[in-house]
Amino acid sequence: MFSRETVLFLIALGLATVLVPLANLALAPESVGHVPTYVVSLLGKYLCYALLAISVDLVWGFCGILSLGHGAFFALGGYVMGMHLMRGIGDRGVYGHPTLPDFMVFLDWKELPWYWHGLDMFPLAALLVFLVPGALAFTLGWFAFRSRVTGVYLSIITQAMTFALMLAFFRNDMGFGGNNGMTDFKELLGFDLQSDGMRNALYVASALALGFGYLLSRAITTSKLGRLLAGIRDAEARTRFLGYRVEHYKLFVFTVSAMLAGLAGALYVPQVGIINPSEFAPAISIEIVIWVAVGGRGTLWGAALGAFAINYAKTYFTGALPDAWLFVLGGLFIVSTLFLPKGIAGLLRAVAGRWPKPSARPALKPATAEAGDD
Amino acid sequence: MSRRRPTARRCLGPIVLLLALCFSPLTVHADEPLETLVQALAAKGFKAKTKAVEALAASGDAAAAPVLEALLAGKLHYVKKGRRVVRIEKRDGAKAMFDPLAGTDLGPAKRKTKKITINNKLRRTIRGALGALTLLSPSPTVRRDAARAVFRSPRADSLPLLEKALAKELDDAVAHEMRRAIAALRLTAGEDLDVRLAGAHALADFPDPQVRDLLARIANDAATPAALKAASEEGLAALNRRLELLSLIQNLFQGISLGSVLLLAAIGLAITFGVMGVINMAHGEMVMLGAYTTFVVQQLFREHLPAWDAYSLAVAIPAAFLVGGLFGIAIERGIIRWLYGRPLETLLATWGLSLILQQLVRTLFGPTNREVANPEWMSGALEITGGLAFTWNRIWIIVFALAVILALTALMRWTRFGLDMRAVTQNRRMAGAVGIRSGMVDALTFGLGSGIAGMAGVALSQIDNVSPNLGQGYIIDSFLVVVFGGVGNLWGTLVGALSLGIANKFLEPWAGAVLAKILILVAVILFIQKRPRGLFALKGRAVEN
Repeated sequence: MFSRETVLFLIALGLATVLVPLANLALAPESVGHVPTYVVSLLGKYLCYALLAISVDLVWGFCGILSLGHGAFFALGGYVMGMHLMRGIGDRGVYGHPTLPDFMVFLDWKELPWYWHGLDMFPLAALLVFLVPGALAFTLGWFAFRSRVTGVYLSIITQAMTFALMLAFFRNDMGFGGNNGMTDFKELLGFDLQSDGMRNALYVASALALGFGYLLSRAITTSKLGRLLAGIRDAEARTRFLGYRVEHYKLFVFTVSAMLAGLAGALYVPQVGIINPSEFAPAISIEIVIWVAVGGRGTLWGAALGAFAINYAKTYFTGALPDAWLFVLGGLFIVSTLFLPKGIAGLLRAVAGRWPKPSARPALKPATAEAGDD
Repeated sequence: MSRRRPTARRCLGPIVLLLALCFSPLTVHADEPLETLVQALAAKGFKAKTKAVEALAASGDAAAAPVLEALLAGKLHYVKKGRRVVRIEKRDGAKAMFDPLAGTDLGPAKRKTKKITINNKLRRTIRGALGALTLLSPSPTVRRDAARAVFRSPRADSLPLLEKALAKELDDAVAHEMRRAIAALRLTAGEDLDVRLAGAHALADFPDPQVRDLLARIANDAATPAALKAASEEGLAALNRRLELLSLIQNLFQGISLGSVLLLAAIGLAITFGVMGVINMAHGEMVMLGAYTTFVVQQLFREHLPAWDAYSLAVAIPAAFLVGGLFGIAIERGIIRWLYGRPLETLLATWGLSLILQQLVRTLFGPTNREVANPEWMSGALEITGGLAFTWNRIWIIVFALAVILALTALMRWTRFGLDMRAVTQNRRMAGAVGIRSGMVDALTFGLGSGIAGMAGVALSQIDNVSPNLGQGYIIDSFLVVVFGGVGNLWGTLVGALSLGIANKFLEPWAGAVLAKILILVAVILFIQKRPRGLFALKGRAVEN
């Protein structure tokens, strides 16, 4: 559970959690080490992406389920949080309606749809952040795993799912703000979202969530259950013949992963200040997978690293060379699958001269070479 | 019955007619009696004006039409001194006067003029008169519009003119419109009950919503005699049945059309994914490249061979096949070859490739849509009966899709290459052992699938926007079609595409376009749960590997 890599990752994460807010709040704006607030929010966003990447790595790297729809779970968590924040606006919206969000007033709705009730209470919203993506993943997984839909078919189904959700959320009459989504949030738990203190608090919350997600995934993958998952990944039929109910294990890990993705989405929305249906776009879900692939699947910390690296590159390129970004991203897809099957994590391990000992962690073997179940 | 405001086309009509009149020597002699009739339009009071309009209509002279058009458009004025009727047009920002009949320039409008006002009732009269006047025009489209105008504002005195025009009419489509107008006239303005009954019966043969509205109005009118009411209701019922049937056929056609588009997009995928088992996420980009090839070929024709412009598609189809095929072979040799047996990695690498290709096209051609014109033989529609028309480009795409899948089936079944392809698919090592160069077969098969995707792009460029994102819109649908129809089975792809297309079009009126799409997606997802290997699953041990 607490291998050297895990300890190193947790130390790095802990340092970042403490140092960044410190450098933002304690140092004067003109001093060298000062971190501006927008950078804090940007880093907070990356932390959410890292958690999302870990959730994908949990199912793909350790159980062989390539989900091309994790963006949907992320977006659903974000939408739950967005709805809570919308309710928090109260009568400060453009139309000043005490309960209805602006877009509903604009659409001439008279009362809140039933699924918007109760979301003004934070504990319920926080619960739904896990429950809604979890329920969707459970339903989809229940049908898919029971009828033994595996490999590429499952990938295409998850992609179709997020595509269908995107189309649905684009509709105005769904009651989620349609095309424009939700924005203009004011406060969370009574604190102004624009204030420095709140932004740092959200950053710290994201870092803690990342630590939690990492430890949880780590606990799952190093347990006996984790070995079983690796068994499913490498030889599903064989594991089934040994007497394990394969679909139950897959369903469990898929649902947990979706909940982590939902948590990431819920922390992401208050930091970027908007949620709209484009988060459901299939392209975004595939991009998440490439974070994991570039970082190194089956390592958890590699996935987080990949999310950081690629999103930093994205921020840089879309600012400096917007036309080049898709070339870079596309190139990463090809290069990492052809030449870097172990990702950055594998590179770092090679540099450190310390290949994982096979007895220590069977989970690290790349599994796809066997044609058996794919 | 809706009254339309004069549209640009309607205003253009009189100007063209006017030009024709200016150059025609006949008008000089013929306008003598008309001249006095036109002057009568300057009369005071709407009753007098109505009489003047009716007199113009009764003259049956086509030269009166532009005058009435001008009156309708509010361009007809009279000079206060002498009450001479003139037409006033803006010319270079200033108003100028023209003779309403001959169109001769009378100089700038300096003297005091007054507009000849009309009211709604008069407007209706003018429209009917105009319709009657232009019924004898040499242009079939003008005659057709005229017959439609008479149908929309029926007046009893147009009937003899209409019958005269119908007797002379040679164009079937125009004659059809005229018969409809005559039936409507008999029904609404016939002098005795028998004529009106005959009109009601005749109208039942014209399935179109306007006729339905007319019959419904007569049937619901309290003043209608009982016998006529019954006849109208009977006609209405028959008409509704026919309209329902027509909309069913229309839906079916649109469904087949959508299905053939899906089929074209999916056939190539059925080969690369279905036969080879390769997930090619860049498949949509092959379609997009085909569409851009069409654009380039069309531009080249316009520049160098403008006379042959209409045939550019004939060149674009093989060109797109080559472009798609060459790209496909390059992709197979460069990337996919190294990833056989690792489908998830193939998926990611080809997705990356699709991003690169999209950006490449965006850099080369710009992010905006490119205009690909329909050649003449693909534009317009084939009108089966009133209210039922199939557009030619859709018909050609259906034909093209069927031709492609037939050619492909023949290729797979009867050629050496098809045999090699099937051998490698079924048992790669055994095929290699009997001397088939499986690497080359792989490359060519992939090239074939991509080439077909390129040809699909030619077809899609005719109905969709040619933009770098063209392929993205089809990739998920194509995968669904292939998975739904059954992997590795071309007939399954055909049936899958057509059934998805038809189901989509039948759901659309009931659920709306977006919801229909979502329902289809969910239905296919559920279907895959039930039959993971599709509608027509291959059987046997080979499938399990």
